[in-house]
Amino acid sequence: MISAVGNDADEVFQVLKTAKTGIGRISLLETVHTDELPAGEIKLSNGQLREMAEMPARYPCSRTGLLGLIAARQAVRQAKIRDMGEFRTGLVSGTTAGGMDRSEVFYRSFLDDAGKGRLRDVVTHDCGDSTESIADGLSVRDYVATISTACSSSANSILYGSRLLKSGMLDRVIVGGAEALTLFTLNGFNSLMILDRNICRPFDLNRNGLNLGEGAAFLVLESDRIAKQEPSRILCEVTGFGNACDAYHQTASSPDGHGAWLSMNKALMTARLHPGDIDYINAHGTGTQNNDLSEGLAIEKLFGAEIPLCSSTKSFTGHTLGAAGAIEAVICVLSLVNQVVFPNLNFNQRMNELHFSPVNTCRSDVHLRHVMSNSFGFGGNNTTIILSVYGHEHLH
Amino acid sequence: MSICIKGTGIVSPQKTFHDGGFPDEVVEYRGIRYLKCIEPPYREYIDPMTGRRMSRIVRMGICAAKKCLQDAHVTMPDAIITGTGLGCIEDTEKFLTSVIRNGERLLNPTPFIQSTHNTISSAIALSIKCHSYNSTYVHRGFSFENALRDGIMFLHENPDSNVLVGGLDEITDHSYLIMSRMGFWKRKPIDNLALLEYGDRGSVPGEGVSFFMLGNRTDDDRNCVRIRASDILYKPQSEEYITLKLQQFLAGQDAGGIKPDLLLFGLNGDPRSDSIYHNIHNILFRDCNLAYYKHLCGEYDTSVTFALWLATMILRHQQVPDVIKLKAFEPGEINNILIYNHVHGINHSFMLITRC
Amino acid sequence: MKELIENLKNEIIESLNLEDVTPDQIEADTPLFVEGLGLDSIDALELIVLLEKKYGLKIDTAEEGKRILYSVRTIAENIIRSRNP
Repeated sequence: MISAVGNDADEVFQVLKTAKTGIGRISLLETVHTDELPAGEIKLSNGQLREMAEMPARYPCSRTGLLGLIAARQAVRQAKIRDMGEFRTGLVSGTTAGGMDRSEVFYRSFLDDAGKGRLRDVVTHDCGDSTESIADGLSVRDYVATISTACSSSANSILYGSRLLKSGMLDRVIVGGAEALTLFTLNGFNSLMILDRNICRPFDLNRNGLNLGEGAAFLVLESDRIAKQEPSRILCEVTGFGNACDAYHQTASSPDGHGAWLSMNKALMTARLHPGDIDYINAHGTGTQNNDLSEGLAIEKLFGAEIPLCSSTKSFTGHTLGAAGAIEAVICVLSLVNQVVFPNLNFNQRMNELHFSPVNTCRSDVHLRHVMSNSFGFGGNNTTIILSVYGHEHLH
Repeated sequence: MSICIKGTGIVSPQKTFHDGGFPDEVVEYRGIRYLKCIEPPYREYIDPMTGRRMSRIVRMGICAAKKCLQDAHVTMPDAIITGTGLGCIEDTEKFLTSVIRNGERLLNPTPFIQSTHNTISSAIALSIKCHSYNSTYVHRGFSFENALRDGIMFLHENPDSNVLVGGLDEITDHSYLIMSRMGFWKRKPIDNLALLEYGDRGSVPGEGVSFFMLGNRTDDDRNCVRIRASDILYKPQSEEYITLKLQQFLAGQDAGGIKPDLLLFGLNGDPRSDSIYHNIHNILFRDCNLAYYKHLCGEYDTSVTFALWLATMILRHQQVPDVIKLKAFEPGEINNILIYNHVHGINHSFMLITRC
Repeated sequence: MKELIENLKNEIIESLNLEDVTPDQIEADTPLFVEGLGLDSIDALELIVLLEKKYGLKIDTAEEGKRILYSVRTIAENIIRSRNP
């Protein structure tokens, strides 16, 4: 993974432990809001990212595509994949704005004169382009798919990839998502008046909105049969996933968090787990009034008095939209592998409506078997993933 | 796999919305640069207060989806899955333009909210209060195929369910201009019904919204049409490889060695992309009936949904409209239709559609 | 004030695309949101943009928005107040 808190999973792990946010002043994206709106920006130019992604200069590629390729290459390396043709392998990526970062450059010229603007800046516009850049970089041929369900896009990549494996269509699938910070999304969320002018405070009484971020994360999923051939490579298991629609309002979450409750409950059912089995929740926790209340109530409804440890790591990375589900899934993998729960930064005071508080210090006195990650999007597209330590059946 | 199509709802540049079958009258467009949809009577499907912010594609999407629910006699689907290449491109352009023109100040939020690709699948869910599975795929010429794969998996996981799957794309002036500069479209205005006669480079862009209700079973065997098999091919290295893969597809388990009675190929009038269709017809299916469809709906990322709808109508009514016939037309029963389409030679799609 | 209220009604109908609503259906004191005219949070954001563009009335927070955008009359009062501080 690559994000504002580190350029690979090891760096991210180190930063998360020190409780230091990656959110700060925007310095690379050229925007009039640079002094008002902080964000989780990756402090690397497109040129630097191209080098890291091993993407030759002649190929048009959006920042989204570059971030995605960097993260996907890391995942493939870590999974020790030597030959992409060895098994039936697919790539599933989630993004919301795709190559919008380049389209913005194109549009400035195009709006003045429809004959102007470099076409190489707009051929990467559509969401599928970044996925194909990643697939080509990794030589994935057997299946490609792109998902765009707003802020749950890459959580749905994990869900879709897991099901492609279960159905027997593929043996191995690289799943995740990528999202660059753009004027389009920054101004879009600003027009919704839900961007915090300070660093976000998820689940805090005085929370005042979210900060955007950028990044990418990918995970290599393998069918049980393939994974078992080299068990030392297995980090954890995707045991549950749930997708439900809040169907309440175009942008707002239902006040009782019905959709959130449904997706968490479905995930528990596919994992054949009880609420009490969940040891940690990586919440969607954007820091908006609406989300945190709705999600918090849904968590209380599902878990009752026994609320697991819970935190929102968006206070580190910012909200990376289409990439958020995958970034937070990788953070959950780090939690499971290292048996540590990362804190929810900037939490001071519990919300009046809730009876629980998020974890606000780094906790290593934990025994994590099953962790849950929530991702909720515009239009009520809610998805929950459950990750478990491998071979958890034997632990009971 | 073999999944049943229980109902359809389609908005296209043809009069496909009201009629139960293929429309009696083919709409001919003369001297056009792109094909636009004939819009359905929105007010019959969307109350004005709910629709006050909806863009054209969102309205068309809701109408087509509701029509499909009616056609399938389903009130509440168990999943809503859409595929779209460019999504709500009109609102995307609107917001992007205002960001640049207004210098990032005082921006109306509505076009931003409705620029997200999942706008339509979630608007359908909202309009019928459907809390079930909901997803949206956005992968160029695979957008619908990704969604269809999801729908088929869903039906395996939940055998008794009804899955609403759709493909949708809209054309705008900006996207037309930009893709013209990329060389995708013909330089001069054309007559749609003569699409294959021009011989110069480029196709004609179009748009459409099509929904299908999929299930494992149907109560109405007479009208039952099945998607017997479907597969995709990403960036195949050669024509020989495509031919081989298509042979394997037809011989494969799902297809059960079926020989198609009708080929429905995605010819779009651009010789660069049409040669593969002719070659495959010559090599694999020399005597087989060949039909085409993009002169009716135009070229777009999810145009394969128009072909799927057309195949459903042909199998249901046992009638092949004259306007789509291209080569070797033998009268006779049509039991199996092979759809083959590719987008820019990158995203290739095969579907085998059969009568029950 | 009266003229301003009438202008606002027309502008609200036009900018929010309320096809089936006529100006006389909106009373100056009808709540615009939920139980009244049935507008929602997105309409509120649209109105905030409209009011700043057209009348220079700045609304910075959602809380302030709720108070000012309560009815056509409250909007008019706030516009007048912002002109004569």
